[in-house]
Amino acid sequence: MTRILETRRLTPVTKYFRLDAPLIARSAMPGQFVMLRVREGGERIPITIADYDRKAGTISLVIQQVGATTTLISALEAGDDILDVAGPLGSPIEVAAGAHVCGVGGGFGSAVLLGLMRELKAKGHRTTAIIGARNKDLLILADELKPNCDHLAICTDDGSSGFKGFVSQQLERFIEGEGPGRPDCVVAIGPMAMMRAVAETTRGPKVKTLVSMDPLMVDGTGMCGGCRVMVGGKAQFACVEGPAFDGHEVDFDVAMRRNKAYVKEEKQSLERVNCARSAAKEVH
Amino acid sequence: MPVKRSDKTPMPVHDAQLRAHDFVEVNTGYTPAHAAFEAERCLRCQDAACVDGCPVNIPIPDFIHAVAAGDMPKAAQILRGANPLPSICGRVCPQENQCEAQCHMLKRFNPVAIGHLERFVADWERTQPVTAKPNITRKEKIAVIGAGPSGLVCAGELARLGYSVTVYEALHAPGGVLRYGIPEFRLPKSVLDWEIGVLKAMGVEIVCNVVIGRTIKMDDLFENMGYAAVFIGTGAGLPQFLGIPGENLNGVMSANEFLTRMNLMGGYKFPENDTPMKVGKRVAVIGAGNTAMDAVRSSLRLGAEAAYIVYRRSEKEMGARVEEYHHAIEEGVDFRWLTNPLEVVDDGNGWVSGLKCQKMKLGEPDASGRARPIPIEGSEFVLPVDNVVLAIGTTPNPLLTRTTSGLMTNKKGCLVADESTGLTSKALVFAGGDAVTGAATVILAAGAGKRSAQAIHEALQQAPVAAH
Repeated sequence: MTRILETRRLTPVTKYFRLDAPLIARSAMPGQFVMLRVREGGERIPITIADYDRKAGTISLVIQQVGATTTLISALEAGDDILDVAGPLGSPIEVAAGAHVCGVGGGFGSAVLLGLMRELKAKGHRTTAIIGARNKDLLILADELKPNCDHLAICTDDGSSGFKGFVSQQLERFIEGEGPGRPDCVVAIGPMAMMRAVAETTRGPKVKTLVSMDPLMVDGTGMCGGCRVMVGGKAQFACVEGPAFDGHEVDFDVAMRRNKAYVKEEKQSLERVNCARSAAKEVH
Repeated sequence: MPVKRSDKTPMPVHDAQLRAHDFVEVNTGYTPAHAAFEAERCLRCQDAACVDGCPVNIPIPDFIHAVAAGDMPKAAQILRGANPLPSICGRVCPQENQCEAQCHMLKRFNPVAIGHLERFVADWERTQPVTAKPNITRKEKIAVIGAGPSGLVCAGELARLGYSVTVYEALHAPGGVLRYGIPEFRLPKSVLDWEIGVLKAMGVEIVCNVVIGRTIKMDDLFENMGYAAVFIGTGAGLPQFLGIPGENLNGVMSANEFLTRMNLMGGYKFPENDTPMKVGKRVAVIGAGNTAMDAVRSSLRLGAEAAYIVYRRSEKEMGARVEEYHHAIEEGVDFRWLTNPLEVVDDGNGWVSGLKCQKMKLGEPDASGRARPIPIEGSEFVLPVDNVVLAIGTTPNPLLTRTTSGLMTNKKGCLVADESTGLTSKALVFAGGDAVTGAATVILAAGAGKRSAQAIHEALQQAPVAAH
C-alpha cells in the first residue's frame, strides 16, 4: 500500500499526485517510471515519475484519465492508498555533460520535465523547456517548471497562450537560432504522434533526440517482452533498456500500431468502471 | 513386503473433453487406496538410486514406506524435512528424468510413481493445521532476492536454520514462475498460497513491489540495511524472439507475456479482471518445452478451436515433461514436428493471419547433441492462425548485474556461481536457479536454493563479520 499525501486537479482530465514512497524517492532518476495497480484483479500500468523529493521521501505523478485504471486512480484523494506501487523502473535519461538540453513536453508529458529539468540544471546544463497543449486550459505545471529551466516556451494549438502552433514548430525555430538557440540534445515526452513530429524536426539538423516511449507493459520488470520497441531494426525492451530511446531510430509506425492492440478491450473495461462508479453514486 | 506389479497406479484425471475448456486442475490426485496400492510397489532398495536422482535428495523409500504403513504424519515430516515445496514439486517435477529414472523397477517394469506419492502426502499435509512457527536463534539477517522456487526454498531452509530472512519480490505477489508461469490447471494458486503460508508461519518475511537493483541497490542491503548475506534467485529473464519478419504484428507475443497475462493478472477472467487476453480461433505456439505446453493448452482453454505446436525438431528432441505432452495430445493439441517458422503473415491491417513455415528433416547431431534440422527445399506453406506465441527460451535480465558492481556473468549473461555452493564473484552473495543456469526446472532451482542456504550457514559460521 502506498499512501497519497496530496492531490491537485490540473485539468479536467489530468491530476497531480504526491505519494509517500521513501524507497522509490531515494533512488529515482529522471526518465524512470513506476508500475501501479489499484485493485485486486486490476492491471499493472506504467507511469513515468514526474518528480521526486529525496528528503521528504515523496514522488510525484501526473495521471491522465484515459482508461479504466487511470479513471480509478483519478478518483483517489489525499489519505487514500494505492494498492501496489513498484519502482523506480527503466533506465534513467542520460545526456552528455554540459550540453544545452531542450525538454519538449506534450500534454501530461510536460509533467515529466519537472524532475528532468531540475536535475539537469543542477548538474550545470543549460536547460530549455517547450511545453504545449491544445489550449491554455489544458496547459499544465508551467509555473512549477519555470524555476527549473533557463528558458521556458509555451505553445498552444489555438494560440490562447504563448506561441501559436505545435511544440515541434517552436523547436524548429530554436534550432534555427531563435530564442535560446540550437540545443545539443532534445528529450521529448508526450503522445507518440508528438514525439514522432519532434524526431522528424531534429532529424535533418542532426540534433540528438531521446523520446520516452510508452508501450503496453504487463510486468514492467524485464520478463514479459510485451513492451518491445523496434529501435534501429532491433527489438528493445522499454522496461529495461528504455523507456527513452534514440528518436531517429525508433519505428513509430510499429509502436503506434502495437499500442492499439487492445483498444476494444480497454473501452470495455472503461465502460465497466464508469458503470460501477455511476451505480455507486446513485446509492449515495 | 513389496508387491510385484508391473504398472504404475494411474493418476486419476479430470476428463479431457471437459478440461480442455476449463482451468480445473487436470490431475485429481491419488485416493488413500491408490496411494497405499502404489506405495507397496516400492522395493525399499538399500542403495536407493532414486534419492541421488532427486535434486533435493528426498529420502524417497522412507517416505513411501511411511505411506505404505499408513503413517501419514511421518511421511509428511520426512518429505518436508528435505523439500520445502513438496506439494509443488509433486505436481511439476519431471520425475521421469530424475527420481523415477533411477528406480530399480525400471529394469523390468514401470518405475514407482514417486511424484504422485509425493503429491499425495503433501496434499494430505495441506488438510492438517499448520504447525510451523518461527525459530529465530541467530543474530544474522539474510536477504533473498526473488520469491520464485529457488528463493522460497532458500528462505525456508535458512528460517529452519534459525536465521531471520527477508524475501524481496519485484512483482505484487510472491511465487515467481510458480505464479506467473505455471497455469492453474497444472498448479492451483491455492496450493502455492498454502506453501507460501507455511514459509510465513516459519517467520520468513516477504516484501513485494521491491526491485533490488532499482528500489534498493544490492550494496545497500549490506551497508545500510544490515544483511549478512544475500541469495539471488531472480529467474530466467527476458523472452527471446526469432527475428523473423512479422514478429511485431499485433497478435504475436512471448509465452512469458501470454502466461503472465493469464496467470499473474488473471486475464482469463477478463473483463471481471482488468488485464485482457486476446486469443483467436487458431493459435500457433513455437517451441516444445514445458512453457510451450502450458501456452498451447491454455489457448484451448481460452477458446481457441485449433492450437498448434510448431517445432523445427522432432518429438524425440522435445523438452516438455512426458505427462504434459500426453495431456496435450488428449486435449486435442495439434503437433507440427519438423516445422520451422519463417515469417508471420500480416492480414493487411497489422494483425496476424498466418505463420509461414518450412518442413525440415533431421541430419547429423549439432553442438547441442541433438539431430540438426535441415530445411526441405520447396516445402514452404502457410498455417492460418490468429495468434503466434513464442516459447523459445529466455535471456538473462541485466537489471541486477548492471546496477551491482563485482557481480560476474558468463558469455550468455547468466550469473557465475559455484556449482556446489552458489557463491558468486561477490563475497557473501549467493545465487541459484534460472538466473545461474538459464531456463530450467522448478526442482533444480529448489535444489540450488537449498544448497546455498547450507553454504550461507557455513560461510556465516566461519566469518561472522561481513566482509563488506
